[in-house]
Amino acid sequence: MPVISSTKNLEALSFTLVAEFDAAVERVWQIWEDPRQLERWWGPPTWPATFDGFDFQPGGKASYYMTGPEGEKAGGWWKFTAIEAPRKLEFDDGFADESGAPVEAMGITHAAVDLQDIGGRTRMTVHSTFESEEQMEEMVRMGMEEGMREAAGQIDGLLAEHARA
Amino acid sequence: MVVDKLSDADVDRLFQALADATRRDIVRRVTVAEYSVSGLAALYAMSFAAVQKHVAVLERASLVTKEKRGREQIVRGNHEGLQKARRLLDEYEAIWRQRAERIADILAEG
Repeated sequence: MPVISSTKNLEALSFTLVAEFDAAVERVWQIWEDPRQLERWWGPPTWPATFDGFDFQPGGKASYYMTGPEGEKAGGWWKFTAIEAPRKLEFDDGFADESGAPVEAMGITHAAVDLQDIGGRTRMTVHSTFESEEQMEEMVRMGMEEGMREAAGQIDGLLAEHARA
Repeated sequence: MVVDKLSDADVDRLFQALADATRRDIVRRVTVAEYSVSGLAALYAMSFAAVQKHVAVLERASLVTKEKRGREQIVRGNHEGLQKARRLLDEYEAIWRQRAERIADILAEG
C-alpha cells in the first residue's frame, strides 16, 4: 500500500495525500511529466483519461478528457503554475466543455505536488484545495465508480473476517 | 453497503455554504461550542444582520441548527450535515488512494 497518510480539512475544503514509492524521485517525476504515463493512472479504469494537449512549462496548459463506461466524455484542463523538476509541480485543474473551453462556473482545484527523496525511495505529497460547490461532486462522479466498488470490496472483506473470528 | 445519495441541490448548498471564510469560521466555532447569533456577531467586523444571513445560509445547507432560547438565537453545529461534507471528501480520498496504487503499479514495471 503506497499511501501512508491522508488528511482532510473539512472547513477549508482541502485534502492532502502522502504516498511512498519504491522508485527514485526522477522516476516518479516522469509519471507527471509524460502525458502517456499520466493518462495510465489519472483516471480510473472505468473513466480513462486522454491528454490531447500538454505544454509542460510554467504558465503552460494541458487539456484532457475522460471517457466513461457509456462512452460519455468529461473534459478538463490544467494550467501549470509552478514546475521545478524533479521535485515540485503546481497546477490549477478545471472542467472544460465539449470544445475544450474552460467552464469557469464549475470552480478550480489547485493541486500542489511535492516529491521528496527518502533514501532512494520517494515520498509524494499531493495537496488539493477546492474552490466550491459542484466541483467536487463532478470529480467524484468521474472518478468514483471504481473507488466505491473497491471500498465496498474492502468492507465486505472485513465483514467476512469478522464473521470468521 | 449503503451510500446515501446527495441530490445535486444538496451538494450545491453545502459547497456554497462552505465557500465563504466567515461561514467556515462559524462552522468551526459552533461545532465545538454553542453560540448565540449576537455572540457570533461580536466576533466579526460586520453587522448583526450580516452574521444572521451567514447563519441562515449555513442552516439551509444543514451545517448548523438554530434554536430560540428566550431572546437569544442559539447556533450549534449540525453533525449530520457535516457528515455529508465529510463523505464527499472521503470519496475524493478514495480517488487519490487508487491513483497512488496505479502509480505504484506503473513504477513496478521498471
